Amino acid sequence: MTDSCDSSTLRPWAQRQACCPTFEPCIEVLDLTVAYDGKTALHRVSLDISRGCITAIVGPSGCGKSSFLSTLNRLSDLTPTCQVSGSVRIEGQEIVGQELNLITLRRQVGMIFQKPNPFPLSIHENLAFPLRHHGMNDRQRREEEIEKVLSRVGLWEEVKDRLHAPALGLSGGQQQRLCLARALLLSPRILLLDEPCSALDPLASAVVEDLIASLRGDYTVVIVTHNLAQAKRIADYVAMFWQVDGAGTVIEHGSAGTLFDSPADPITAAYIAGARG
Amino acid sequence: MREPASVSTMLTQRVADWRDTVATILVWSSALLITAVFLWILGDLLLRGLPHLSFEFLFDTPMDAGRAGGIASILVSTLVILLVCMTVSIPLGIGTAVLLAEFSRHNHFFGRGVRVSLDVLAGVPSIVFGLFGNAFFSLYLGMGFSILSGGLTLACMVLPLLIRSTETALRAVPDDFRRAAAALGLPAITTLWRILLPAAAPGVIAGLVLGIGRALAETAALLYTSGYVDRMPGSLLDSGRSLSIHIYDLAMNVPGAEGNASASALVLILLLLIINVLTFRLVDGWLHQRITPH
Ligand SMILES: Nc1ncnc2c1ncn2[C@@H]1O[C@H](COP(=O)(O)OP(=O)(O)OP(=O)(O)O)[C@@H](O)[C@H]1O
Ligand SMILES: [Mg+2]
Repeated sequence: MTDSCDSSTLRPWAQRQACCPTFEPCIEVLDLTVAYDGKTALHRVSLDISRGCITAIVGPSGCGKSSFLSTLNRLSDLTPTCQVSGSVRIEGQEIVGQELNLITLRRQVGMIFQKPNPFPLSIHENLAFPLRHHGMNDRQRREEEIEKVLSRVGLWEEVKDRLHAPALGLSGGQQQRLCLARALLLSPRILLLDEPCSALDPLASAVVEDLIASLRGDYTVVIVTHNLAQAKRIADYVAMFWQVDGAGTVIEHGSAGTLFDSPADPITAAYIAGARG
Repeated sequence: MREPASVSTMLTQRVADWRDTVATILVWSSALLITAVFLWILGDLLLRGLPHLSFEFLFDTPMDAGRAGGIASILVSTLVILLVCMTVSIPLGIGTAVLLAEFSRHNHFFGRGVRVSLDVLAGVPSIVFGLFGNAFFSLYLGMGFSILSGGLTLACMVLPLLIRSTETALRAVPDDFRRAAAALGLPAITTLWRILLPAAAPGVIAGLVLGIGRALAETAALLYTSGYVDRMPGSLLDSGRSLSIHIYDLAMNVPGAEGNASASALVLILLLLIINVLTFRLVDGWLHQRITPH
């Protein structure tokens, strides 16, 4: 992580290209097609995602953004009607259409959802339970890790006196940060965020957004957002999804500077202009 | 033109008022009626039964066909029958519900078939279960008239109830938890045990309490299976008389035992209350321990 990438000083999006100077593919998607019950939702998407950068996925509702994300950690397996074909390589390892250790994959690729979904357990147990399950049996170390990660998401001061209170009693923004902490605790290298701020009020949303920006460099972040202003503030790369002939696909993909300044595709240009007005 | 219009609106107004009044009276009187019936039953039982209820009544065995003595052996039989019923039906019921709700596709024909059979079974009169239990457990499996046979028959009877309520409760748990757990690399079985079942617990308890209530109140299904010997049972293979059968017997077949019948009925109601409260407490404690271990 370079100095110029210090996330506490959020630079205008056009200048931030310095943060991810070179494009190193971490996730390589080739001809990815997703169908539900035979109905194509996502058609032949090809997209490379750079390591350590924040890639924003934007586009109108129903164009397959969530479906795209859920193929990256094989969460699509939970939907029995969902068929995925094509190729997704994560750090060179193919994950589509073959037997692989889903637990290892999902520890490597964390995910945050639109609606904060802490477990109906205590705040502490929300973090300790997955950690214990994944084999960290040393209580002392576990407590240290929990404190560290709660500090990282700025929650420690707020909850340290009520760690054993139910997590569902937290505010929406706090719950979302707890979910982020829970994901970070398993030390993933990739984080998938599906509209993580859209269920939050503007203040809580800003807090979570700053937090996501601070992940740059340490994690490869893929974030779906309907908020173009947010994409401009935090994204290094942007992929524009659009529905073409009833199925979603990527119509433009590039660095945030290029895409927002001089979009090549007229649809992208219109979408960005429309959202601005 | 204005006169008739206003008259008709006044009329509709009156009709509406009148309907309102009738509805109010109906609602209130039916509520009162139900409360009154319940109070009447309870009052009647207390009036007739309370004088016969004593410490000895609970700890003596019945004598003179139940006219004298107590209900110690009856209580023991009842509780053991209930225990057999619950030890068999709880794991089997929850297991089946988990299979239906979590591990079979929503519209799979197997699941649908099981569900329809369960709904039919839940509506089958208990006497039919009694005949089945008698034919299968008592005769075919050679258990004879025994507590074991009775308990197993009751288990068959409450299983549909338990399965359906647990399945409904599991389905009501938001998918958010399942997705969150899967995204954290937690296996389905861990998710089930640590997250889904505790979240479904209130529904599971409701089914359990209903099931226990049905089992405790049962007479017809036990008549042919656990029998009506009122001695203290020595083993699971002994015949044993349940409280509800005892009440039936005293009230119908033994002249001069009406007081003891009422006292036994009172005990049955108290037992039901105690077991319900205990069930809630136990599961609640378990749930709490799940939320914050140590
Ligand atoms: N479980 C499912 N079963 C059937 N169809 C689905 C399912 N999930 C998504 N789809 C369909 O796939 C298409 C893409 O949905 P998806 O949720 O990926 O879009 P999205 O871009 O995330 O939309 P939004 O911005 O509203 O979240 C939609 O047409 C949707 O109806
Ligand atoms: Mg979506």
